[in-house]
Amino acid sequence: MGLVHDNKRIETIAENIVEGEAVKGRSLWQDAMARFLQNKAAVGSLILLAAILVFTQIGPYFAQWSNEEIDWSRMADVAELGKPSIENGHYFGLDDLGRDLYSRTIEGTLTSFMVGIVGAFVAVVIGTLYGAISGFIGGRVDNIMMRIVDILIAVPSMFVIILLMVIFERSLFMLFVGIGLFSWLDMSRIVRGQTLALKHKEFIEAAHAAGVGWFVIVVRHIMPNLMGVVVVYATLLVPGMIMAESFISFLGLGVQEPNTSLGALISAGAGTILYDQLWQLAIPLTFFLTIVISLFFIGDGLRDALDPKDR
Amino acid sequence: MLSYIFRRLLIAVPTLLILMIISFYLMQLAPGGPFTSERPLPPQVLANIEAKYGLDQPLHMQMVNYIVGIVTQFDFGPSYQYKDRSVNDIIAQGFPVTLTYGTISFVIASLIGISLGVLAAIRHNTWLDYVAVGATFSAQALPNFVMAPILIYVFTLKLGLLPGGGWNGGQWQYLIMPVIALSTSFFASIARITRSSMLEVLNSNFIRTARAKGLSERAIIWRHAMKPTLMPVVSYLGPAFVGMITGSVVIDMYFSTGGIGRFYVNSALNRDYAVMLGLTILYGGLTVMFNLLTDVIYAWLDPKIRY
Amino acid sequence: MKLTSKSVLGALLASSILMSPALAAGNHPVTGEALADDQTFTYWELDERSSIDPQVSEDVSGAAFVRDLFEGLYNQDADGNLVPAGALSHSVNEAGDVYTFNLRPESKWSNGDPVTAHDFVYAWQRLVDPELASPYSWFMHVMNVKNGDAIVSGDMAPEELGVRAIDDLTLEVTLEAPTHYFALTTVHGSTFPVHRATVEAHGAEWTKPENIVVNGAYILTEHVPSERTTRERNTMYWNNENTILDKVVTLVINDENVALTRYFAGELDQTGVPAGQYPKMKAEYPDQAHSNPRLCNYYYTFNMTDTTNPAFKDVRVRQALSLAVDRSIITDAVLQGGQFQAYTFTPALTAGFVTPDVPIASMTQAERDAKAMELMAEAGYGSDNPLSFSMLYNTSEGHKKIAVAMSQMWKQKLGAEVELANQEWKTFLETRGNQDFELARGAWCGDYNEASTFLDLLGSSSGYNDGKYSNARVDELLAMSKTSDNTQPLYTEIEQIVSEEVPVIPVYHYTGVMMLNPALKGWPFNNVEQNWYSKDLYKVAE
Repeated sequence: MGLVHDNKRIETIAENIVEGEAVKGRSLWQDAMARFLQNKAAVGSLILLAAILVFTQIGPYFAQWSNEEIDWSRMADVAELGKPSIENGHYFGLDDLGRDLYSRTIEGTLTSFMVGIVGAFVAVVIGTLYGAISGFIGGRVDNIMMRIVDILIAVPSMFVIILLMVIFERSLFMLFVGIGLFSWLDMSRIVRGQTLALKHKEFIEAAHAAGVGWFVIVVRHIMPNLMGVVVVYATLLVPGMIMAESFISFLGLGVQEPNTSLGALISAGAGTILYDQLWQLAIPLTFFLTIVISLFFIGDGLRDALDPKDR
Repeated sequence: MLSYIFRRLLIAVPTLLILMIISFYLMQLAPGGPFTSERPLPPQVLANIEAKYGLDQPLHMQMVNYIVGIVTQFDFGPSYQYKDRSVNDIIAQGFPVTLTYGTISFVIASLIGISLGVLAAIRHNTWLDYVAVGATFSAQALPNFVMAPILIYVFTLKLGLLPGGGWNGGQWQYLIMPVIALSTSFFASIARITRSSMLEVLNSNFIRTARAKGLSERAIIWRHAMKPTLMPVVSYLGPAFVGMITGSVVIDMYFSTGGIGRFYVNSALNRDYAVMLGLTILYGGLTVMFNLLTDVIYAWLDPKIRY
Repeated sequence: MKLTSKSVLGALLASSILMSPALAAGNHPVTGEALADDQTFTYWELDERSSIDPQVSEDVSGAAFVRDLFEGLYNQDADGNLVPAGALSHSVNEAGDVYTFNLRPESKWSNGDPVTAHDFVYAWQRLVDPELASPYSWFMHVMNVKNGDAIVSGDMAPEELGVRAIDDLTLEVTLEAPTHYFALTTVHGSTFPVHRATVEAHGAEWTKPENIVVNGAYILTEHVPSERTTRERNTMYWNNENTILDKVVTLVINDENVALTRYFAGELDQTGVPAGQYPKMKAEYPDQAHSNPRLCNYYYTFNMTDTTNPAFKDVRVRQALSLAVDRSIITDAVLQGGQFQAYTFTPALTAGFVTPDVPIASMTQAERDAKAMELMAEAGYGSDNPLSFSMLYNTSEGHKKIAVAMSQMWKQKLGAEVELANQEWKTFLETRGNQDFELARGAWCGDYNEASTFLDLLGSSSGYNDGKYSNARVDELLAMSKTSDNTQPLYTEIEQIVSEEVPVIPVYHYTGVMMLNPALKGWPFNNVEQNWYSKDLYKVAE
């Protein structure tokens, strides 16, 4: 089939060019955003996560009990009297101590959300930069940087956390700092591995040849290509942080009573399955699972959207 | 490559040394000591005990004595908490346990994870993909401290099929539940990373070229896509390994296996310095070895990588 | 335990030689019940004990081992009374400071050597020897044996301890001063004899199954650290023919819910009951769930020094806080294990103790609450000026529940803002020991069954008085009680002063709750010190 000349169109374009109107270009990020919005599962998950966040803010207005108040009349027999019920105001039932699980779940979700996001954010930012630089520069510098990571991974993190908690008193902020301190290490190794593979690719060689400085190459060329792996690992990190926090609390070092976290609630719920109090496990676990699943779809969506090869 | 490996092994020694020194001083900073107890010891008794263990010496002397003891006699010192045993005893008895169920869990998690991930990627957006991803969700919803009591409840109490704990020299009945509990959350992450990585690789130019050349799907996957896919997976295996060691603490607690994971946590809480240091060196050594292994595997997977 | 072929062979030989099936089946000689064929008792340990060396053991689980593997001068029967064991009898001199014990001639070590008074001398000297640096060497101070303190501080040699063997079967103990409860201390594991040659030959390894030599009813045959330990019948024990249980197995399980699950699966004969689950267990398994009084208390101590919260210097605030605690909720709704509400520091069931009437005990909770609010208002605290303080406890599910409940009571009734601080064990001890707290949790179990073991803590010179409470009259009364014949009035006065000044808030007195296989008989439920001996237990046929 031969080329059909659409003279009309060509004239229009010619006119526009002559008048000096350039076609407005779209930036890469706008491209990515458009692609992301087309992914129904990802958008749906984003809405779901947002809904959960909104729930944590609005939910307390419907709560008839606070997160720390003990229901004295029901605490003695939680297995029987503590089941979820609309009438007595304990929508999610009671925890093992007789406190309202609805309010506690709300608080726990918010806390765990923050722990997960902050931890993952710190990991992504620091870990990616560190790993990319190490992998890209290579040689002796890479060796030293990675050996430092080796040491930090092997240092008994528990002592560090104990120390942090003791020196700075118990605070949620210190917990974040403690978790953040260790979350970036794994990410840096993964990023470094990917960087090692990327840096020999032709387009990087081209950038070299063009005289681009190494730091710019790392930030502008390597990092976007790492996004896939980083995003996926970050979506795995969030639940990982939540669980790590619960382990720390389990040792007495994390979130302090009466504050709670999803991890703490799940951990407590797991201890009572023998006593027919399954809602104490099922409800926080559902919230946790919802966050995990949403993050998965968002991660998939992000990865598809940001993948430079799709352009 | 051999000289690279040799250089890495050489540098492992100062790495471990620095690790030891940092950990040692870190431990001293935490409040309380091995002999802080509910019945505080009369000062004289405390002084006797500290003299006996050499804890009254200046810190750097303690550090030196410790290192000398290891290097000359391979003696990692006594346990302050379990007074009838030495650190060597504890490691000799507990490490094989952790190594056994840890390795099995690791291998199973990797095999299942990678297979599931590949399957989901090549059948992207089909029911197989959804099932595989769904399986990973279920697995992630069951972290080891939730899985362990549930497993015991179902298999020991309700079904009476498996012993509820113990090790008994590593007979298979005692291995099943610990391995299931430990490998579950990891196969989920491994599967996800594999799937995501393979999806990216399958979308790339050189795979498009291979398809255009008319290669069979199988050849494409096994001969061309596999190696680049595995790069991030191999990177993740390092942290997964470390994570499994931390996870083994929970396994030891619920299944009474006698592995060293529990000792690691306990020694921190009990301020059992010698045990803590000994295990830190052990873990540190393992981490260094493992990272070396993954670096070697990188080079094999991607010939362009040179050290 | 390393599985070298030598040790496996050794263990096999030991168990085959020592297995005596004499009483494996048949009937109980006294009660006539039909006995089970398999006389094995498997019980639960939360954390592995630190040691089974009698002079080094420092925890409850270790003490259970020591009682089975070794034998001291006296044991306790099921009601907690002294019965002859290694000693047949003793006499006391006029002044009351020299005890002479006549030892049992037929006592033997598991390698055939006879047990002599020299073994006791060696063990007691070992307890205070600075070289061993035993964490329990302070017990000699409780026993009040002559020169004990001086030896511990290194001023005298261990040989100077006030204990000597007059001959192989006569042991003479000299005390610093007459101590009326001295005989009771001889049931404690730290006073049990050890086989000198074995200890000197193997050093720290002497307690391993391949080395150990014992004089108790059982000998250690297997030890897999943090997993299981097994002890089996010692045929050389002088009373072996009356021992019915052949084997006792200890399983270490770090989670009490898992332990309970495994109990129901039949893997354990005995386990604990998690807080709050007792009523359900009692209702569903009435013949398996048991709750028995124990010689321990549970309290919160105020920091009575200058570093404390200024509000606590006002006795009205302390009284108000103690009044506002509804102890019945703690015992009946939180713990639910039959625990006793505590208004005095000493448990009611302590031998020879009569709980004095203190005002707080006879009020109703409504009256207490009203009085508490009144006192707080007097002290100047209210909704416009809420009392704010922190309470410290060590990490544990049970302690957390109680602390949360107490803090809620104070919040609802008195408007107090309470910060809950929990620390892991060592940090907690360090913090409390440095008076770095405002209100901290405490608990104490008696070393012997007499009130002074508790009340001594309230003396200003006590090393365990972390709140640093100091009252001259209390100190005076404590000193007097050491030599007095009629201690009750003195103890009553101490408790009354304490109830007035409230340096501590007594919360409850312990009960031991456990699940026990109904086929296991002979358990000493009435012994408040819960000193149980495997040789007194047996299993009936089901």
